Amino acid sequence: MSSTLSRRDFLMRSGFVGCSLAASPLLTPVTFAATPWDTRLVVIILRGGMDGLDVVQPYGDPALAGLRGKLSGGPAGGAVDLDGFYALHPTLAPLMPMWEAGQLGFVHAVSTPYRDKRSHFDGQDLLEAGTESLAGVRDGWLNRMLQVVPGVTAQTAYAIGRSDMRLMQGAAEVANWSPDADLNLSPQAVQLMELITESDPAMHAALTEAQLLSSMESDMSEGRSGSHVKVAEFAAQRLSEEARIAAFSLNGWDTHRNQENTLPRALERLAETLTTLRGKMRGNTWKKTAVVALTEFGRTARQNGTGGTDHGTGGLMVLAGGAVRGGRVHGDWPGLGDGALYQDRDLMPTRDVRAHVAWIMAGLTGLDRATLEGAIFPGVDLGDDPRLLL
Amino acid sequence: MGDPVRDFDPQLAEMRFGYGLSPSVAPPVDASAMLDGLRGPDEMAARYPIEPFDTFRLRMVEVAKAADLRRKNRGTETAKEARKTRNLLNRTAREDMFRWAGHTFLRRVWTPSGFRERLVAFWADHFTAHGKRGVVRRATQSYIEEAIRPHVAGTFDDMLQAAVLHPLMLDYLDQLRSMGPNSIRAQRKGPAKAAGLNENLAREVLELHTLGVDGPYSQEDVTQLAELFTGLAFQPQNGFKFRKDFVEPGAETVLGKTYADATNIQPIREVLSDLAAHPATARHIAWKLAVHFIADDPPADLIDGIEAAYLDTGGDLSALYAALLDHPAAWAPDLQNVKPPVDFMSSALRALALPDDAVTVLNEKDMRRVFAEPLVQMGQEWERPTGPDGWPEEDPAWITPQGLAARVAWAMRAPEYLLGTLPDPRVFVDHALGGQATEPVRFAAAAAESKSEAIGLVLMSPAFQRR
Repeated sequence: MSSTLSRRDFLMRSGFVGCSLAASPLLTPVTFAATPWDTRLVVIILRGGMDGLDVVQPYGDPALAGLRGKLSGGPAGGAVDLDGFYALHPTLAPLMPMWEAGQLGFVHAVSTPYRDKRSHFDGQDLLEAGTESLAGVRDGWLNRMLQVVPGVTAQTAYAIGRSDMRLMQGAAEVANWSPDADLNLSPQAVQLMELITESDPAMHAALTEAQLLSSMESDMSEGRSGSHVKVAEFAAQRLSEEARIAAFSLNGWDTHRNQENTLPRALERLAETLTTLRGKMRGNTWKKTAVVALTEFGRTARQNGTGGTDHGTGGLMVLAGGAVRGGRVHGDWPGLGDGALYQDRDLMPTRDVRAHVAWIMAGLTGLDRATLEGAIFPGVDLGDDPRLLL
Repeated sequence: MGDPVRDFDPQLAEMRFGYGLSPSVAPPVDASAMLDGLRGPDEMAARYPIEPFDTFRLRMVEVAKAADLRRKNRGTETAKEARKTRNLLNRTAREDMFRWAGHTFLRRVWTPSGFRERLVAFWADHFTAHGKRGVVRRATQSYIEEAIRPHVAGTFDDMLQAAVLHPLMLDYLDQLRSMGPNSIRAQRKGPAKAAGLNENLAREVLELHTLGVDGPYSQEDVTQLAELFTGLAFQPQNGFKFRKDFVEPGAETVLGKTYADATNIQPIREVLSDLAAHPATARHIAWKLAVHFIADDPPADLIDGIEAAYLDTGGDLSALYAALLDHPAAWAPDLQNVKPPVDFMSSALRALALPDDAVTVLNEKDMRRVFAEPLVQMGQEWERPTGPDGWPEEDPAWITPQGLAARVAWAMRAPEYLLGTLPDPRVFVDHALGGQATEPVRFAAAAAESKSEAIGLVLMSPAFQRR
């Protein structure tokens, strides 16, 4: 698809609109009004609990070696030294050019307010709700942001892939799509589908959007590449045009066993995702982009009995893009020695991950502190600016 | 409480509690018939057999033998033959997995007790498990056949024991490698080499299988339960095995109760029974049944009613189902929950009265093309939920543009591919929707350009997508 797709082309190609525009109130918000901000935000949810201590290894902490057996050996174990204290897991070595360009950074020892039960599902729900507790919360923080910034259209924000993105759910309109989906219908079938689903607004809206989005795809990689690469390509393509926000998931971080072999598989997908985003964004889009990758919790400081790690607390946030202040590991390091661990078990979180995300949002969109602390991340204390953006 | 006989609706019984209407199989006549159908002889299991796990495990023995032979005879003809044997065993298991998937669909197409099949699926999802590596990855249906299916009308305690202690669950939730840090085995191996505790199974038993995530347990309960679970193991040659040398010495305390320091399975059975009897479990299970069968946000007194039945009977599952069917919400004519993709497919095949040979003739490649790949597109990969919490119940998880696009594609192509000759769409409307057929759907079925589009439109109608 070219970047000059006009509204008319759009309507012509979208059968649902073409055949019954008047009867489709769901489609009327589709416009190409420019959003008031020009930066891009990509949020990646790393599902399963990423072991931050193995991804960015604090090998300069004298207690690390005693907690870990074969894992997290620092530069001696093949990791890439970052700054004399932290070393990057060898599987992420392909990202070193990004690090050196100042476009890759990390924040260590962060967490949501979630504590102690260490359930993936509640941990992820809370991460995506962006609140202090789950009681009574149905929408996600990224959707709440869309509810308060002006100029948001149906094409401003994309939830991509086949998994449910709770952080995008809520009153603001969000596009949902998976780049391997397609809806090829005869014009007649489109019209009849419109007729039979009219009585079911939720189904009708989803099918309308499917019709719309399946007409917009182009220049995607054929076959070979993994689905995460297609997702990243689709995100890069949309963000190079009118979209400002994209969110998707990467799974596979729950490394209870044999982490030496299981973690690299997930990290490889993360590296490919980030390089694809950078490579496939057009013009100077990447320069205006902040990518944040978040996980529901970190893992136990100690390696467990089966060559892996169990659910923990403090974790790692990944930053990438031309808009971030990379080339450094942000965050206050709590230490791993005696008495420093949370419940003598997990990395102690030193800051609420929501505060970091909120500061990034403030930098990208100009939202003020009161809105961020009140409406988007209710209850969070923003504290001082960690200066994660350039 | 409404009178179940008065409120009962045979079409809703099929739609909401079964796999939809069939043009050939009569619906149940009342709620008692639905409950009786759970206890009668298991005709579907006999007609469309699925290998139980206790037989399946012999495949694991054979694969291990072949691997062993290969290792001991590197570079020889024997090793080559062993490799061939192993590959054949793996391929056969994969083909059988698809055959059993076909049998699962056929059971749903032809059963006179759709409720029974739905409950098997519900509990299989509650106790989600699948094998991690090698040939055991094909054993999910075998696990369900053995640990879930026989217990759907029994007690929750019995099903909990069967599922949690099952080799496939022990594998899935990493219990097989969990070793007491002070066990005999750990001491023999020395601290450097010894494995240790893995708390995955213990956590999920509390969070997902019994008390629920809001239940009254702490991290310490998880750790103590994990210590109590050490010793649970499995050997392909013998099946379930208790490994005394893995057991963490000392008594463990879970939810305030101390369990005996015994090197046998008794304290584990005891803690599972105590968890099954816990009021938080009753509430959790009642809520889950109500959400699954009625609506994302079910009436509070429905949950209360099922919970009361649980507590009154000590978790007799038939009593829970009776309470569910006794509530007016069970027979409210408005269709609510969206069918997940596997259930959408199953009910489409039932409405089409898919004959046995339309499925049994398919080879692995066909099965992938007609079922497995479309299910991935729809967001429900066969037997592979992303985590031990199973598939989502909330409707928004399924009403996505990408998911519905895949349903449309399947609805318009698969029936013709499977059947060759399609039924008259104008008649099919009644087969599929019964009293829920609306004028727009009748119009669409008659006005579509082709039969396959017409059938697809009927299958995509809201009255077919919801239940």
